[in-house]
Amino acid sequence: MLHTEIAIIGGGPAGMCAAIAAANQGARVTLFDRGKRLGGQLVKQTHRFFGSEKEYAGIRGIDIAKILYEEIEKNKLIDVKLDTTVLAIYSDGVISYEEGKSYKRMTSEKTIIAAGAAEKMLLFENNDLPGVYGAGAVQTLMNEHGIVPGNNVLMIGAGNIGLIVSYQLMQAGVKVAAIIDAAPKVGGYLVHASKVRRLGVPILTSHTIKTALGNETVEGAVICEVDDKFNPIPNTDQTIDVDIICLAVGLSPQGELLRQTGCEVKYVPSLGGFVPLRDENLQTTTNGVYVAGDSAEVEEASSAMVEGTIAGLSAAEALGYGTNIVAIKEGFKNDLDVLRSGAVGEKIKSGLKLLSC
Amino acid sequence: MRIKKHPVLSSIVEKTEVEFIFEGKMLKGYEGEPIAAALHENGVRVLRHDHRPRGFFCAIGNCSSCLMEVNGEPNVRVCVEELRDGMVINMQEGKGKLKGGEE
Repeated sequence: MLHTEIAIIGGGPAGMCAAIAAANQGARVTLFDRGKRLGGQLVKQTHRFFGSEKEYAGIRGIDIAKILYEEIEKNKLIDVKLDTTVLAIYSDGVISYEEGKSYKRMTSEKTIIAAGAAEKMLLFENNDLPGVYGAGAVQTLMNEHGIVPGNNVLMIGAGNIGLIVSYQLMQAGVKVAAIIDAAPKVGGYLVHASKVRRLGVPILTSHTIKTALGNETVEGAVICEVDDKFNPIPNTDQTIDVDIICLAVGLSPQGELLRQTGCEVKYVPSLGGFVPLRDENLQTTTNGVYVAGDSAEVEEASSAMVEGTIAGLSAAEALGYGTNIVAIKEGFKNDLDVLRSGAVGEKIKSGLKLLSC
Repeated sequence: MRIKKHPVLSSIVEKTEVEFIFEGKMLKGYEGEPIAAALHENGVRVLRHDHRPRGFFCAIGNCSSCLMEVNGEPNVRVCVEELRDGMVINMQEGKGKLKGGEE
């Protein structure tokens, strides 16, 4: 059976940084991704990142993906397996995967799971009609493949993703009829909200969607106001003519492979759902299995990159590679702390306190 | 509709145009783009029926909302399957049937 020192599952921001960090210490790494290219969701993020220089602030996500990819390409210790879906991790540590059309198995000394997250659904009548799309899907279609999803969009969710994708839709020439959110306040950064407001898009807080209209595809939506307990207020229905309803209502960590390793998980709503317990090195309760990025908790690509680096360094260190890793990691842990300052960061930090092991 | 002008994405480059058959009709798309993207460009948003119409949802192969029949093979996730010249693509009904499989 094939063998690697560190298997990393997921080639997004967390997995790519984990691979670079571990290989730079001398460890032999296999990086798996089911897609045909590395980068995960970075490749559709046309906006500039916040944070500090070390986390590529001021650079667009699409360009960060290129920088990381080039670093991986020149590192001979990293074996990249694209078009490869990891199917299972067995209790004896055997990783089974489908590479192209063939089924294979591999063992590893350490495993880092950086499988990302999936978009959440929202309950409303006709929510399965073609034309109800996830915000990430709209980004993929537009920013990766150059095709607009439709002509006129209702955005559900005024968090950062809802606000940023609304702006990106307008950059691509699509009208955004409104952004609605059930919460009484805009969840995303003020700078993003101001940008779309200046372009004339109304942000309706304390509003929700009741129904998608249409027979075969979306032809409109009925929205209404909600009270402080999120119950619809009678006689506030409004019909909007749109052909796309875009859901930006959050993400759930992809935890299937993690759970197969037998690690302990907890339900923490502020982190996106079921997430694994982990120590300060991001090792789960399963010895030798680490987690990083949105699989660990739904956050941002900037923190995913730092987590990936910490997990990669820790796995390499555990295999006896590198010198002075403790001090290097301290620096990255401080970076994470800085990224997690502010109101959103505080929520993440208090959620993470429930997960230490 | 394809994006012709974009303030950030200058790299939406020219690709090779190919022809494919969708429900008996000849359509055009770009080689290597996801089948679902090519269908969108042609105004096709209903990809299959499973009691109700189903379309595209996640675009990254997660949700299985976009399963179609491609070159006779059912349950192909067309949001991640690349378009090739001469492909025959059909809307899938329900679970789909494999050629030579049990009825």
